[in-house]
Amino acid sequence: MTQISKRSFVKAAGWTVLATAAALAGCGKKEEAPAAAAPAPSAPASAASVAAAKAEPLKVAFIYIGPVGDGGWTFAHDNGRKAVEKQFGDKVVTTFVEKVPESADAERVLRDVASQGNKLIFGTTFGYMEPMLKTATDLKDVKFEHATGYKTAENMRTYDSRTYEGAYMAGVVAGGMTKTNVIGVVGSIPIPEVIRNINSFTLGAQSVNPKVKTKVVWVNEWFNPPKETEAAQSLMNGGADVLMQNTDSSAVLQTAEKAGKYAFGWDSDMKAYAPNAHLASAVINWGPYYVKAVGDVLDNKWTSGQSWWGVKEGAIDLVSISDKVPPELKAKVEAVKAGLKDGSLVIWKGPIVGSDGKEVLAKDAVADDKFLGGIKFYVKGVEGKVPGGN
Amino acid sequence: MESFALLLAATLNAGTLLAFAALGLLINERAGIVNLGAEGMMLVAAVAGYATAFHTGNDWLAFAAGAAAGGLMAAAFGLLVIWMNTNQYATGLALSLFGAGFSAFVGIGYAPEKLSERTRYEIPGLADIPFLGSALFKQHPLVYVAIGFTIALTWFLYNSRAGLVLRAIGESPESAHALGYPVRRIRMLAVIVGGALCGISGAYVSVIYTPLWVEGMVAGKGWIALALTTFATWRPIRVLLGAYLFGGVTMLQFHLQGEGVQVSSQFLTMLPYLATIVVLVLISRNESFIRANMPASIGKPFFPGS
Repeated sequence: MTQISKRSFVKAAGWTVLATAAALAGCGKKEEAPAAAAPAPSAPASAASVAAAKAEPLKVAFIYIGPVGDGGWTFAHDNGRKAVEKQFGDKVVTTFVEKVPESADAERVLRDVASQGNKLIFGTTFGYMEPMLKTATDLKDVKFEHATGYKTAENMRTYDSRTYEGAYMAGVVAGGMTKTNVIGVVGSIPIPEVIRNINSFTLGAQSVNPKVKTKVVWVNEWFNPPKETEAAQSLMNGGADVLMQNTDSSAVLQTAEKAGKYAFGWDSDMKAYAPNAHLASAVINWGPYYVKAVGDVLDNKWTSGQSWWGVKEGAIDLVSISDKVPPELKAKVEAVKAGLKDGSLVIWKGPIVGSDGKEVLAKDAVADDKFLGGIKFYVKGVEGKVPGGN
Repeated sequence: MESFALLLAATLNAGTLLAFAALGLLINERAGIVNLGAEGMMLVAAVAGYATAFHTGNDWLAFAAGAAAGGLMAAAFGLLVIWMNTNQYATGLALSLFGAGFSAFVGIGYAPEKLSERTRYEIPGLADIPFLGSALFKQHPLVYVAIGFTIALTWFLYNSRAGLVLRAIGESPESAHALGYPVRRIRMLAVIVGGALCGISGAYVSVIYTPLWVEGMVAGKGWIALALTTFATWRPIRVLLGAYLFGGVTMLQFHLQGEGVQVSSQFLTMLPYLATIVVLVLISRNESFIRANMPASIGKPFFPGS
């Protein structure tokens, strides 16, 4: 009896582990729904008088990591796609494939959409880098645009947006609104992009309120609402009264709403989720870049390269600033925005001191993109240390 | 001190969510049925609860809807494993994956919606006590219901005749059958009640804990609840304490990070699971401990004729 129950117990435990593993694998392997946004172009060939072949519309495809209804990252990209449709009308036909995981499936989807005649393909997440590069080497007549990556080819280029400019502007608001002088950030995964946002948020806050301290809690995931809630809760328990997040859901905002504290929207305008807690939303407009990229192909001007657009190009903005923000503070945000637009304001300009007290940027030194791309330290005022860093 | 009180409060909140699901699974397992579909049931209940709260504005109706959705899913599971004798583990897994997909599908329209303003609860008088007030008495009513329910369930399992029958079925369905108890029907009832409790937990996630709906938002809590029943060796009080412990470790890791304590957050993320394994090893060393609590027929199909 002992033997049997023990064995079946081990078996049960084994099944549980297997089950969890399978479920986790299942989570990452959801079937993507190839939702054609626009119907295939119908050829009005009835009129015989139309002798000259009218130019075929350019077929453009977008590959998304999440569902377009995520209200955040993918939603913002899809707005960019809509801007392309609006701009070019019947000169383009756009399609999108949503929920494509960052795995071998991505390459299959890429080849699939290319074989359907798409000549310009946008991949909107970092993890598509290798699959896109591989596909690009094989399909020379298709142009590839990869978001947030760093590898290019003659028919593949990269684009990204300076999200840290939005974080800085949010920081200006946070610094002016905090009463406890403690602001908090729910961090996703400690990569340079996210650390840069935390630092920029802090620099923005310090620009109006030098006493501000930033607390950071990492959840090590892009998307896990209960965990984001718990992280936000613990930041508020620790005294933070204005929160920002670099995660993908609106959970932090909702948690702040429940607790009567403040927070920001991220990637998309999230005002509707938390009318009281919402101070502003740092949004990304992919539209201008998408319109330019499609225009490049239509005009035969497309060349490989790397783009990093910010407030200047209309790619980053701080929108829906709450009425709770006093007019002087709003004016400050507008001044920052104007400064970023005409280049008179540079966020990453020395002197900037790291959290260990050492100077990371000397006075008047301006950080180049390489420096910005490799930030692995906190600036002074951010508490704690970067996970895994020194 | 205040921040410690708030940490306690957050722990109770996080633990309650796990406790309901784990207690439901405990009832299942006491009757000899393992339902790995907890995650799926919770997700479907979460969207059902969210939709109900959105349309009616009433949280209690939302919990009822969550319980109904969880119960319904569990009933389908029960039909398959109890009457058709399908493999419990495979069926439970299928239920989980189905629930994840189904909830995402029906929930598409609710992702951009938001609930009306949440009520804040506090017990008048008690909530003003320094320290204890903010730690214990400013919670959602379900936090207290969970404690009461745990005590009631303990009494039910160990002091009532019906509880004895339930446990007997979990130990030896053949003997219970020979004594004339309708084993399949009682198991079915246990499965449905278990599903309903998972449903309440699911609705708690989307309506109270994180008031929003996005697909996959339960994010693994169902699996933790499953681990919890084993961790607690199928004892209700231990399930509740275990739920607080798991909730507490999660909150503590964020709390320490926020305090700037130099601990790797990855290490802290791992802690609850490490704790489970350690406890499993410890209790496995004492065979009588396991034997006295683990339902003997767990996971095995029952054929009344044989």
